[in-house]
Amino acid sequence: MRRTLLESLTHGPLTEPPPAPDPAALAELAGRVTQAAQARLGRSLAIRQVDAGSCNACELEIQALSNAFYDLERFGLRFVASPRHADVLMVTGPVTKNMREALLRTYDATPDPKWVVAVGACAADGGLFKGSYACIGGVSDVVPVDLHIRGCPPSPTELLQGLLALLQHVEGNAG
Amino acid sequence: MDLLGGIPHRELVTVHRPWPRAIVDEDGWRKAIDRLASGELTLLGFWGEPEAVYLAMLGEAGGIAVISLACGDGKFPSVAARHPPALRLERTIVDLFGLEATGAADTRPWLDHGAWGRHFPLSPGPAPRELGRYPFLAAEGEGLHQVAVGPVHAGIIEPGHFRFTANGEHVVRLEQRLGYVHKGIEAQMQHLALDVASRLAGRTSGDSTVAYAIAFARASEAALATEAPRRAHHLRALMAELERLANHFGDIGAICNDASFALMQAQMGILRERVLRMAQALFGHRLMMDVVVPGGVARDLPRNGATELRRLLAEIRRVFPRLVELYDNTASLQDRTVATGIVKPAYARQFGAGGYVGRASGRTFDARRTLFYPPYDELSFEVPVLEAGDVNARVWIRIREVEQSLSLIEQLLDPIPAGEIVRPLEPSGEAGEGMALVEAFRGDVLVWLRLDGSGRVARCHLRDASWFQWPLLEAAIEGNIVADFPLCNKSFNCSYSGADL
Repeated sequence: MRRTLLESLTHGPLTEPPPAPDPAALAELAGRVTQAAQARLGRSLAIRQVDAGSCNACELEIQALSNAFYDLERFGLRFVASPRHADVLMVTGPVTKNMREALLRTYDATPDPKWVVAVGACAADGGLFKGSYACIGGVSDVVPVDLHIRGCPPSPTELLQGLLALLQHVEGNAG
Repeated sequence: MDLLGGIPHRELVTVHRPWPRAIVDEDGWRKAIDRLASGELTLLGFWGEPEAVYLAMLGEAGGIAVISLACGDGKFPSVAARHPPALRLERTIVDLFGLEATGAADTRPWLDHGAWGRHFPLSPGPAPRELGRYPFLAAEGEGLHQVAVGPVHAGIIEPGHFRFTANGEHVVRLEQRLGYVHKGIEAQMQHLALDVASRLAGRTSGDSTVAYAIAFARASEAALATEAPRRAHHLRALMAELERLANHFGDIGAICNDASFALMQAQMGILRERVLRMAQALFGHRLMMDVVVPGGVARDLPRNGATELRRLLAEIRRVFPRLVELYDNTASLQDRTVATGIVKPAYARQFGAGGYVGRASGRTFDARRTLFYPPYDELSFEVPVLEAGDVNARVWIRIREVEQSLSLIEQLLDPIPAGEIVRPLEPSGEAGEGMALVEAFRGDVLVWLRLDGSGRVARCHLRDASWFQWPLLEAAIEGNIVADFPLCNKSFNCSYSGADL
């Protein structure tokens, strides 16, 4: 263990510089975030992830945000275990009808002010599952969505770009 | 044919490839159940159609056969009543098609939570059904209490409900309630052209997208009586082994993390990320989605691909053994994983559990080895098997499989056969049926499909390895403490999406 630890200390960090916030995400967020919310939240956001029917590919890439290359927590963004501790719900999947109630309850359990980020092609409009008897379609058909991060699945870099845009807005730095 | 020997059947379906499909009547169906229940045959798959049910079975010598029973009166003799591994699949058939399993002991719904706005979505006509509150199985005794977990879990994972009954810290019974991510994949499949259907199949369980795409492609190719070019087989296997590496790295790290050993997750996370970045560089997608297509593969390896891959292999070979040593020498970690969550070999055998769950409990099946589908017939590799059946054994199977995958990738590169990478599939003008079994990182994926004369999907069934692993998790946790459940669960890493469909 000592060797592994020492080597990590000496070979320099793997963590990469952050990507620029996604301009499309900034545009979508404009006007969504109020002054009051900015004042109350400061610089950090707690995120609760909810899988509402994804194929689990989005989850894999969201998990990757915590690895040494992306190190999400350096931005003040962190994943929490309960919606009651969360500012942001990150929702994936075409919202299966079997998950609709659980998603609504999770949303209701999240204190205001809160944001919903819909992640992935399915969460935008149902993706390949559009029209299925078992799916509702997009996340915005069930709860209000503040930001869409598209991709099938979006890469960790794309996820970061979206989240950084959200963070910038909450901080009140966006132009 | 020996496999169908003891099963009276009417005729063999000639358009079913590569394994035979026999049409049976009730007598043959019951004989097949006898042979499954006695352990002579292993259940590979069990699916329905509006007026028929199908069983896919594996013989001891590695033979495979499918039987089908027409159920014009809407009924078929229950398989699960005599052979428990069939239970969830049977309840699914009832939920989707409205067929009745006569003699079934457990008639509770499985995927149908009463939220679809209709029942029996794949049956031709609407039919009424009474769904009350879902009754969980009972566990009674002084001092027992229940712990309900999910469907929304604490981590970044898929949704499902776990109902624990515990005596103090010790789990007396765990019952799973799944189906939350049921997306209706089999209904969505119908009438799709092969290219779109292949993309959908690749999203049955995103972590196994390559394996699903290969299984779907092989089933389509079988239905059309064609074969992908040799170079495509090599490129498919290359991607399949990269997928296995990425997932095994992720799993080993996550299991250790659930035993509070975060260093291992950080290190394994680095290896996993390196594999995904290589996949992006070589195949244009980190998870390699939609690269495998019916007929071959959609893109070739770039010119420097082999060199880049060899560099990755060297890096893994430099770092991984040291981490394995760390795992093996950390007593506090071993204390959590050794003798925790034991799957008895008899259960692994009875349920036909694939992947590391089966192979950590003495079951030798690996579709790459048992079936030798190309290009594995040209490659040399071992299938590691252990007997202990605990979390530790499931970690070690993964470690050994990482080593085998590294060697396989090396062999695949030496050299990749020249030639075309795709042979476009032409509709044959008549219906054809194909089946394929492919080894994903967590176990064998089965795809069965029927194509119509125009080459579109008439019916497709996808069976994840998780179907036969999830029930064993219920058995493995018994007598363990509640706090060890995340560890046991992660060591299985079953797919929710893959089994909920």
